[in-house]
Amino acid sequence: MFKKLAISAVAALTLSAGGAMAAGEAGHTHDVDFSFEGPFGSFDENQLQRGLKVYTEVCSACHGLQYVPLRTLADDGGPHFSDAEVRAYAAENFEVFDEALDDFRAAKPADFFPGSNLENAPDLSLMAKARAGFSGPYGTGINQFFKGMGGAEYIYSVLDGYTGKEKTEAGTTLYENTAFPGGWISMAPPLEDGLVDFDDGHDNSLHHMSEDVSAFLMWTAEPKLMARKEAGFLGVFILAVLTVLLYLTNKKIWAPHKGRKTSA
Amino acid sequence: MSGIPHDHYEPKSGGEKWLHSRLPIVGLLYDTLMIPTPKNLNWWWIWGIVLAFCLVLQIVTGVVLVMHYTPHVDLAFASVEHIMRDVNGGHMIRYLHMNGASLFFFAVYIHMFRGLFYGSYKAPREVTWIIGMIIYLLMMATGFMGYVLPWGQMSFWGATVITGLFGAIPFVGDTLQTFLLGGPAVDNATLNRFFSLHYLLPFVIAGLVVVHIWAFHTTGNNNPTGVEVRRGSKEEAEKDTLPFWPYFVIKDLFGLGVVLVVFFAIVGFMPNYLGHPDNYIEANALVTPAHIVPEWYFLPFYAILRAFTGDVWVVMFASWITGGIIDAKFFGVLAMFGAIAIMALAPWLDTSRVRSGRYRPMFKWWFRLLLLDFMVLMWLGAMPAEEPYATISLIASAYWFAYFLVILPLLGVIEKPDAQPDTIEDDFNAHYGKPAEPAE
Repeated sequence: MFKKLAISAVAALTLSAGGAMAAGEAGHTHDVDFSFEGPFGSFDENQLQRGLKVYTEVCSACHGLQYVPLRTLADDGGPHFSDAEVRAYAAENFEVFDEALDDFRAAKPADFFPGSNLENAPDLSLMAKARAGFSGPYGTGINQFFKGMGGAEYIYSVLDGYTGKEKTEAGTTLYENTAFPGGWISMAPPLEDGLVDFDDGHDNSLHHMSEDVSAFLMWTAEPKLMARKEAGFLGVFILAVLTVLLYLTNKKIWAPHKGRKTSA
Repeated sequence: MSGIPHDHYEPKSGGEKWLHSRLPIVGLLYDTLMIPTPKNLNWWWIWGIVLAFCLVLQIVTGVVLVMHYTPHVDLAFASVEHIMRDVNGGHMIRYLHMNGASLFFFAVYIHMFRGLFYGSYKAPREVTWIIGMIIYLLMMATGFMGYVLPWGQMSFWGATVITGLFGAIPFVGDTLQTFLLGGPAVDNATLNRFFSLHYLLPFVIAGLVVVHIWAFHTTGNNNPTGVEVRRGSKEEAEKDTLPFWPYFVIKDLFGLGVVLVVFFAIVGFMPNYLGHPDNYIEANALVTPAHIVPEWYFLPFYAILRAFTGDVWVVMFASWITGGIIDAKFFGVLAMFGAIAIMALAPWLDTSRVRSGRYRPMFKWWFRLLLLDFMVLMWLGAMPAEEPYATISLIASAYWFAYFLVILPLLGVIEKPDAQPDTIEDDFNAHYGKPAEPAE
């Protein structure tokens, strides 16, 4: 009896947790098969580098990444640029205010990405974790295990979700978007086919640019994703071995006190 | 120091005797570890060790997190990101702590429902049960305040809603709420006092855990039959029991191992599963989230809180009879705390002379319904406050109270229990057969 109860307990737990995730009238999120999903998934360095380029040339005009240190662009499990490349990238693209100089200077790797330039453009550092794209199956959210939270998919779906319709409300232009909650977003369509040229000659259609920048923003939100999964595997492996040993020990010490099992 | 007769520690060497006559600490540890334990304990008895592990895990990871966390409204959110990005292994420690809270509550709920099914709360173990309930209350307070510390949107708005409950208390509510918050609204003073208490309460819990263990080491463990260990002589007691070390320590550690494999898989591969995405947005007093949802482990009682709205007749009646002092909001608060308090009264509400639910044919069904009710309430707590959820919430809340206030007292009178085994040894041998040869 208790076994059945245990199963339903787990089911109820996951159901309600999924329900909590699903809160908010979300628009439609497309599933994208990102390389970093599932226990074995990992970031694609080239994709992150392309995504950074889209971010730098397009998104950073309004949005910031205030929690992301520039130096982490050189990290393993991230875009993995060389130190020289990060130094050049920081100096070329960003200026920061230096209190010691009392003036602006070119950014260094030790600095953070700047925050948002526009007040109503949210910071994107954690956006891929601050949105849950899907909660299935049946509202349990269990498919996170294989597909991730869906935050990157949400960003992709917003970028790719413009229908082309506009309306003006109280002096603000709103754009119809199939992924944005409520269906109307104040951000003008930021990307169009061919807007950013990739150094590696990768396809720069709207679809591909959206994917790349979404993957990059997943990295900014969860830079230790690969280290975390490694730790997960190590933990599961060591504990599984330990558990087997404990099982055998337990069986052996109890054996003299038990006769043949007569019922299950 | 159990009432069950067993061997006690005898200091042998000169050094041991010297210490024993001054501080009998080795004897205390020996007696605690070698306590005679009913040998028929099943797998539902492993959760005590899981809970002890959780407490240690939370304290150890928590102490490390504090080394890098900054309790200030302008810096808290960024300091958590600092832990996630810059502190060596910080992301793992933070995710372990975050999910450790969920494991803690998962384990405590199983532990509590095990006690409710096997009648572990009944005489002579009422004190163990009451202390357990106090620990559970402190866990809820600690968990709630800990969730505020990252200073995300759900932290802030959760704190606003829950402290608002105290504001619903007639006459003193506003004063009390201001006192709790350290000001008129959730702000830096609130964050700091929650931080202080979040660090303090786990040590209070640790102290109460010692008392909890002390209490059931005095009465002896309950067991799946609910039949007491024979205490006539040491030989008799040994037929019913085996010492805690090594038999139950190894068994419990094996159980803990299985639980931790699943736990590490969640931490490693879906650490944000049980969290709310909104908590990755920094707290903003000007933007209210679309749905304010508490952590999953509060959902059943949150559902009870919301179930009693102004259009429910009991609420209207309570309001009328008290001249409006008890309004719908205060009624909800009373119901929520009442739902928890009523569990503590179970030892006196349950009139049955049979301890274990295993031998109570009618009780079994009502208990299963209670478990289902708890899960339904958990699901309802996450749903928006609208139909049909409102009506289901009311029915589910009513059953929660009915189980304790009506069903438990009545069943003891009308139920005809099944035959119980005479001894624990009989139960054990019926399950495993007699050992072929005497144990050596």
